[in-house]
Amino acid sequence: MTAIPLQPPRRLVEFTLDGEPVRVPEGGTVLDACRAAGKDVPTLCEGDTLKPKNACRVCVVEVEGARTLAPACSRRAEPGMEVRTDTERTRHSRRLVLELLASSVDLSTTPRVAAWLKEYEAEPDRFGPDAARLGESPRVDNDLYVRDYDKCILCYKCVDACGEQWQNSFAISVVGRGFDARIAVEHDAPLTDSACVYCGNCVEVCPTGALSFKSEFDMRAAGTWDEAAQTRTTTVCAYCGVGCNLTLHVQDNEIVKVTSPHDSPVTHGNLCIKGRFGYQHVQNRD
Amino acid sequence: MDLRFGDSKPTDEERDAVDALLGPPESAWEGADDRSDADLRWARGGRAARDRRDLLLPGLHALNDRVGWISEGGLDYLCRRLTVPPAEAYGVATFYSMFSLKPRERTVVRVCTDLACAVRGAVPSAERGGAVAGVTVEDSPCLGLCERAPAVLTIRAGAPGAPPRTPNRRSAPRPQAPDGLSPAHPAPAEISARPAFEDEAEGRRGEAVPQAGDPALILLRRVGVVDPASLDDYRAHGGYTALRRAFALGPAAVIREVTDAGLVGRGGAAFPTGRKWQATAAQPDHPHYLVCNADESEPGTFKDRVLMEGDPYALVESMTIAAYAVGARHGYLYLRGEYPRARRTLEHAIGEARARGLLGEDILGQGFSFDIEIRRGAGAYICGEETALFNSIEGYRGEPRSKPPFPVEKGLFGKPTAENNVETLVNVLPVLTLGAAAYAAIGTPKSTGPKLFCVSGAVSRPGLYELPFGATLGDLLGLAGTPDTLRAILLGGAAGGFVRPDELDIPLTFEGTREAGTTLGSGVVLAIDDSVPLPRLLLRVAEFFRDESCGQCVPCRVGTVRQEEALHRIADRRGAAAAADIALLRDVGRAMRDASICGLGQAAWNAVESAIDRLGAYA
Repeated sequence: MTAIPLQPPRRLVEFTLDGEPVRVPEGGTVLDACRAAGKDVPTLCEGDTLKPKNACRVCVVEVEGARTLAPACSRRAEPGMEVRTDTERTRHSRRLVLELLASSVDLSTTPRVAAWLKEYEAEPDRFGPDAARLGESPRVDNDLYVRDYDKCILCYKCVDACGEQWQNSFAISVVGRGFDARIAVEHDAPLTDSACVYCGNCVEVCPTGALSFKSEFDMRAAGTWDEAAQTRTTTVCAYCGVGCNLTLHVQDNEIVKVTSPHDSPVTHGNLCIKGRFGYQHVQNRD
Repeated sequence: MDLRFGDSKPTDEERDAVDALLGPPESAWEGADDRSDADLRWARGGRAARDRRDLLLPGLHALNDRVGWISEGGLDYLCRRLTVPPAEAYGVATFYSMFSLKPRERTVVRVCTDLACAVRGAVPSAERGGAVAGVTVEDSPCLGLCERAPAVLTIRAGAPGAPPRTPNRRSAPRPQAPDGLSPAHPAPAEISARPAFEDEAEGRRGEAVPQAGDPALILLRRVGVVDPASLDDYRAHGGYTALRRAFALGPAAVIREVTDAGLVGRGGAAFPTGRKWQATAAQPDHPHYLVCNADESEPGTFKDRVLMEGDPYALVESMTIAAYAVGARHGYLYLRGEYPRARRTLEHAIGEARARGLLGEDILGQGFSFDIEIRRGAGAYICGEETALFNSIEGYRGEPRSKPPFPVEKGLFGKPTAENNVETLVNVLPVLTLGAAAYAAIGTPKSTGPKLFCVSGAVSRPGLYELPFGATLGDLLGLAGTPDTLRAILLGGAAGGFVRPDELDIPLTFEGTREAGTTLGSGVVLAIDDSVPLPRLLLRVAEFFRDESCGQCVPCRVGTVRQEEALHRIADRRGAAAAADIALLRDVGRAMRDASICGLGQAAWNAVESAIDRLGAYA
């Protein structure tokens, strides 16, 4: 059962989306309207549990009268605005964003990106073999999760989840500037020397697999990771009385990772170290 | 917020530098050495602790100024004092190019390798070679000394009062010594007992203003004429008459005058100043803030520096008027980190004005209170973007915010903020002294008033020129003296565009340059002769944007890199051999212009595009 938050009814904002009139509750975004209308707008840095940073710019749409394109994920709907989601101009920017990302970052574990690259006819190779890449190697400095920043698109979601939006640990930040900007703890130290509390909420929100469970990372390296063979069981965490929902991802009768449903009114997808990583006792068969 | 600090300890010097800014720590929880019984009953948290976040940037400056770099122990101590998570402070410190997180020499020489200096023969360190003992030499983007190019900035770390410490700026020997820099050259002048500046004679001569003393000047009439350290001299030359007029009119009428005068922002965006003030003044949320953007970093721009060094009280007075109009009691002056002399003249001017009742409580007995705080940038072009500047003042990384909401509604500290650059503010003085109608009669109907132009490069009299809007490019270059070998003119700096030498009849107005398919930008006019190959200048532009991109959005973060790579590939190619890469540049440029968050990314391809389309580069 999902709790239904009580709040005053919100007014509806009416505007035009690709020539069709649409209505979204006041405060809603263009992306909300697109999704309600069944339009597939690609998104990367947008997350259902976080305030979008609108940094990836893959969801850009054309707003009548605006000089530049607007990010659908964070542009609030205004009465009377005219929005076009699928023009030559939006397709061009989306294609370029995908090309720029795919030419600099390893997107192999980013869901849906392969389909988008195809849909937008992106050719990441056209920047040549010498195009600068991040060139990072995975950082394995603890037993719980791995930071593979070669896959990082700097969406800021992990920073926001670690910081004031959820965890309030502030263990990580974007450091450096421009193409050299990276996610790091203070002085770029190993995670074990930082304020990290291993809640894994950054792993939960990472859209590209740059952050992953150590179990998943090892299985991928061994070639045994098989999402199709996994079952997902949502249950309740047994550690304390809060009652967080856990989704156990099980492959070959072993728990391989733990997530939490983002629509859970208790956790909104967040867990603590015990719920997220403390599952070994379940499968201890000795 | 449960903060975790590392085990690194600050040195005595670092502790002293931070304590000089923040006062001694009140408790062992804040980093004091000795624990006492009082510590058992000491608690500071929540808002009171977090509210000092905006002191992070001044704190980083304190460490960097004293030691020359920021160590783990120093940073941790600063974080403890300010209740800032170390990871965030590290993210902020690594954002700025003037800070080093690695040990370096106490004397740092920053060599400008940007456009105006490149035209005058400056070479990047990679080609310069030769190390100097005891000195760290770094390449720098434009230092804003273009009229004296090539330029270097010497920064010496050390305790205040212990000479030689004060950052000192000089123009470099010309031509550039092939073996790099002689350490003897930028030797400091004896630190003067005078508070304002040690090389006062230079400021007074106004060598940056070739027209100095011309009675027709409006904005520059005092530069090079008055003693920038003397408030009396300023008043003897008409200072503070505009403020008196403002008090006589009242805030609403001041805004009306500025609106009727047709004053628009001089930073490049040309937004009507009156409308901005009106929108800020009308906000019910309080307090309102006034922010003066003195972070001019556009390569080739130095107008704000000349104004601040030569006529600092004019800025203090115009900020007071602006604050009166928008209902602000607190003004921030965000000054480029590379402008130490402007900082000294302004600090002196603000102190004098405060002592004489022209700042502070109850100014001129009118019941209006206002004060100005200088905040120093630390080497980031992007902080000239208004919302990035707010983040920088607030102690966050200088990344632009997405708009809406606009600053007039939610600006500095989330409050209504009017932000104007130095030249715009200084224009308010003639608006009030001449009256809106007389001011609007200057220039053209759509671009009113006088305009400053930063002329540099291949001209015989580089410097800051003032002309009424409507003068042509040829008029301006006639004053500055152009060579016969003129190859191109860059208007508006790295974010602007090139025009050909046969386009000198372009009127220098917002509408005139727009019609001509180019931009006035911030007023940069950089003359280029055939001594520097155009592809090399374009590479420098591309390198500038790659270095200065904040890295927040993909089109700019990766696009500026791809743009630079393509320009490297075609540096020596022409015609069909370059065609594929030019098509690629157009694709990337268009996406940067359409989809970047802020003006930096949107403009990062302007100059290259104009060089290809107007000058026929690579054709």
